[in-house]
Amino acid sequence: MKKQVLAAIVVFFLVGAAAYGAFFVAPTERTMGPIQRIFYLHVSSAWTGLTAFFICFVANVLYVIRRQPQWDWLSVSAAEVGLVFTSVVLVSGPIWAHPVWGIWWTWDWRLTSTLILWLLYVCFLVLRTLVEEPERRALFSALFGIFAFLDVPLVFGSIRWWRTQHPQPVIMGGPGSGMDPTMWWVTFFSWFAMLALMTLLMRARYVMEAARGELEMVRHEAEAV
Amino acid sequence: MSLFSSTSALLGKELRTEFRSRELLTTTVVFILMVIVLFSFTFDPTYNESRRFGPGLLWLAFLFAASLMLQPCFLREQNNDTLSALRLSVSDPFAIFLAKLVANTLFLLFTEVLMLPVFAVLYNVPVLRVLPQLLLVFFLGSLGVSIAGTALSAISAQARMRELLLPLLLLPLLTPVLVSSTQVTIGLLDASPYIEWKGLGFLVAFDVVFLTLLWLLGEYLLEE
Repeated sequence: MKKQVLAAIVVFFLVGAAAYGAFFVAPTERTMGPIQRIFYLHVSSAWTGLTAFFICFVANVLYVIRRQPQWDWLSVSAAEVGLVFTSVVLVSGPIWAHPVWGIWWTWDWRLTSTLILWLLYVCFLVLRTLVEEPERRALFSALFGIFAFLDVPLVFGSIRWWRTQHPQPVIMGGPGSGMDPTMWWVTFFSWFAMLALMTLLMRARYVMEAARGELEMVRHEAEAV
Repeated sequence: MSLFSSTSALLGKELRTEFRSRELLTTTVVFILMVIVLFSFTFDPTYNESRRFGPGLLWLAFLFAASLMLQPCFLREQNNDTLSALRLSVSDPFAIFLAKLVANTLFLLFTEVLMLPVFAVLYNVPVLRVLPQLLLVFFLGSLGVSIAGTALSAISAQARMRELLLPLLLLPLLTPVLVSSTQVTIGLLDASPYIEWKGLGFLVAFDVVFLTLLWLLGEYLLEE
């Protein structure tokens, strides 16, 4: 317990340092001004969300091969935490877009594919609530998780191709080759802080899921007796 | 029994079951017809508007219809308690999926071909000059829908709220199919038709990826 409190404090300071970096260390972007500072939260959350979904995918594959409930617990923790970070992306995106582009949402390929990604993992969690038997639930959600994750490159690719077909509503000035090195450092540090936060949340969720899983097993055995 | 002979035997069974009752096909055809008619109230289906929005709504109608049509695919086996027998009858469980997905592709294609003239007439789009290309898109799209749909219907058949669950799982997964087939169809229905090779490429990629996955993971989907 002590260790976890310590870890939480460390993560708190890491995220605080990332926020400090985003607000005070990184230079102000020339055309967009201070609003561009949301970039550090936006991009690091997006990368962290993808990392969490990747962990979920690995856990899904391992569950199908090994059939140990631990992998199922890890997969649901990773999916939920990934969903939280992707939600941050989907909320911070419009907050950034509105003053810069003048619109809340544009069907840009990145936004659109992130939304589909988010939907896929919402469905992953919905599926879990609708299958009663623990082993079957674990197996089915693992299989759907594999389908969903491998579908993601196709979703990204096809939406990107479809959107570049049409004239872009706004040309995004955003991150490109012309980014200041300090900006890169702050971005990477923010990502690191977010990864630490992700690990903390995922661990807490895992412990909870493990307790729930064990309770379910005991209840199952009691019913059998 | 080899994969081919067991698949063809099972396919025969699927087709016979359907053509004896014709429940699935009749209902699906009427459903698509209704969606096409209802969609026309959402915009003015003149020649230019139809060419822009027609392909998208046609594919949406197909996708919605498929997500309902694929429902009984494994549910029927479950209700009649025939799944275990089915599994025992073939050495490779992939044959079960292959037979079902070929049957579903054929059913979908059949309803799509039946609905195409209706769509063409109601929405004023000329389809005859690009018919072979359109059939190719229909085939590749329906194949993708059937592969993913057959796999997921094995999952949804064993869950609660299964009627809602299948569309929920299937539709976001089918985004690449919807995007690509709609874009290719838009190209084909253009005033000067052209083929979107890249869209066809995405459809083929989707079909190959999901068929491989089904081949690798199919046996787990049928576990008791």
